[in-house]
Amino acid sequence: MGPIAKIKEQLFERVLLATALLALIIIFAIAMFMFQQGYPLFKKIGLLEFLGGCTWRPLEEKFGILPMIAGSIAVTAVALIISVPLGLLTAIFLAEIAPQWMQHLVRPAVELLAAIPSVVYGLFGMTMIVPYVRYLAQTKLALSLDPGYRAGYSVLTAGLVLAIMILPTIINVTEDSLRLLPPQYKEASLALGATHWQSIRYVLFPAARSGIMAGIILGMGRAVGETMAVIMVAGNTPIFPRSLLSPVRTLTSNIALEMPYAGPGIHRQALYASGAVLFILTMIINLAVLLIRFRQVKTK
Amino acid sequence: MTAHQRQKAAFCLLWLAAGVTVGVLVVILAYILLQGMPHVSWEFLTAESAKMGQEGGIFSAIVGTFYFVLLSLIVAMPLGIGAAIYLVEYSDNENLNSVINFGIDALAAVPSIVFGLFGFAFFVIFLKPITGGWSILSGSFTAACMVLPTLIRTTQEALRAVPTSYREASLALGATRGQTVRWVVVPTAIPGILTGIILSLGRVVGETAALLLTLGGSLGIPHSIFEPARTLSIHLYLVAMEVGAMDKAFATAAVLIILVFIINLSAGWIARRVLR
Repeated sequence: MGPIAKIKEQLFERVLLATALLALIIIFAIAMFMFQQGYPLFKKIGLLEFLGGCTWRPLEEKFGILPMIAGSIAVTAVALIISVPLGLLTAIFLAEIAPQWMQHLVRPAVELLAAIPSVVYGLFGMTMIVPYVRYLAQTKLALSLDPGYRAGYSVLTAGLVLAIMILPTIINVTEDSLRLLPPQYKEASLALGATHWQSIRYVLFPAARSGIMAGIILGMGRAVGETMAVIMVAGNTPIFPRSLLSPVRTLTSNIALEMPYAGPGIHRQALYASGAVLFILTMIINLAVLLIRFRQVKTK
Repeated sequence: MTAHQRQKAAFCLLWLAAGVTVGVLVVILAYILLQGMPHVSWEFLTAESAKMGQEGGIFSAIVGTFYFVLLSLIVAMPLGIGAAIYLVEYSDNENLNSVINFGIDALAAVPSIVFGLFGFAFFVIFLKPITGGWSILSGSFTAACMVLPTLIRTTQEALRAVPTSYREASLALGATRGQTVRWVVVPTAIPGILTGIILSLGRVVGETAALLLTLGGSLGIPHSIFEPARTLSIHLYLVAMEVGAMDKAFATAAVLIILVFIINLSAGWIARRVLR
């Protein structure tokens, strides 16, 4: 190999290394921009007032994001309560008992669910689910409800839409972790006289526990981060959600709703500071998944 | 209840869950298509919007989507594929690998609105002299950052599926590592890489939140990549939320769903051809 060819080889490798490092660089750049743009706000109103404040009124320079944090937690919890059982059962079905033709039907369906744009989910939610919830709120529950809670745009609606959206994540990760189990587990259990269901319930499911947990946490991350669909169905009032039918604004929707008109200054800084909070939240979720996966590898 | 009866009951539940999952998809697709398709016509696809999208068609959004998606992929493809090649074919430093992998996973987990904030501060404001502020270029750069993880992961899988014997044979013939990668490994992995590109394309088409802050959302037909534009997803959001023209929103949603459907089908088709 001539010297020029050798240099070319090395150059090629260096360029590839640079592209591989880019993901890291972008993550650092994102963190840097969030904190650099949001920092002046922490300095002006203080971290505690920002995270623990209950009123968000940009015009009066009140920037408390606690209602939005509560909102994000509320819609995510509703989404998980619906999506986790449904997702786990569907994943067990796919991994264990689905006949070939059902696999060919369910798997593409899950893929397509994952591929539908979030605005389409939002449109579906606002024209299909919101009217149902509104009907429920105005007829069955009208007497016991505050008038502000009767519009149908609510924690429940947002949770339902999010539940559908995070279903593919939960199904895919759970099915993968069930399929990755050594076949001996099931064989040994069946050989001991356990039924197929007993093997699933007492052997396979517990063995795949950490993988399933990782899937649920990933789904949680998606629900916390989702923006458009939530804006379209949640009502977006920046108040503390007190009921399943109360309108709600999440951290993400707060940013998307106000960024387009927030001029440079404290308002925009507050939105970047919320971005920093979201960033830290996703890093925690990511670390949790990493930790679970690491423990999984160690125990095997 | 005996163990077998219990099994029967449990399996019924499993079938039911799978049925519900498929049922939800069918309901959504049927609902959107039934509401939207009657309003989709040749004129709807080729006419420009009028009155903020209340009347007319979606031609400018289609043009905007096309430019934006194409540019995002042009930016993201070499970066994502290069990173995957490095991780699979070159790097043997475990520590460096796990740090890079953490970065990729972290990037995949960042909410799209945070990408939007980043894109706004960096591409729209900081790099304004280059990108022209809110523009197709700013939006594409932001979207390229977002699809990088998908692209890297799928390309890695495609490269790992290439048998080691191919590499050994090429190296034994006297080819260098770089030559082996360029002339043997990557060509063999092309169909898998293509599947990843198409999946990324689907993600870019559906993206909205980040673009709200970077692409500009203008209704006119963009004449260069330095001008603002809107994609079909943004158009759908603005028409449904701010204009309230639901018939136009449904029609746009139907077009989007069909687009996503075609993208997914072609990805599946390529993947199946590889397995053969």
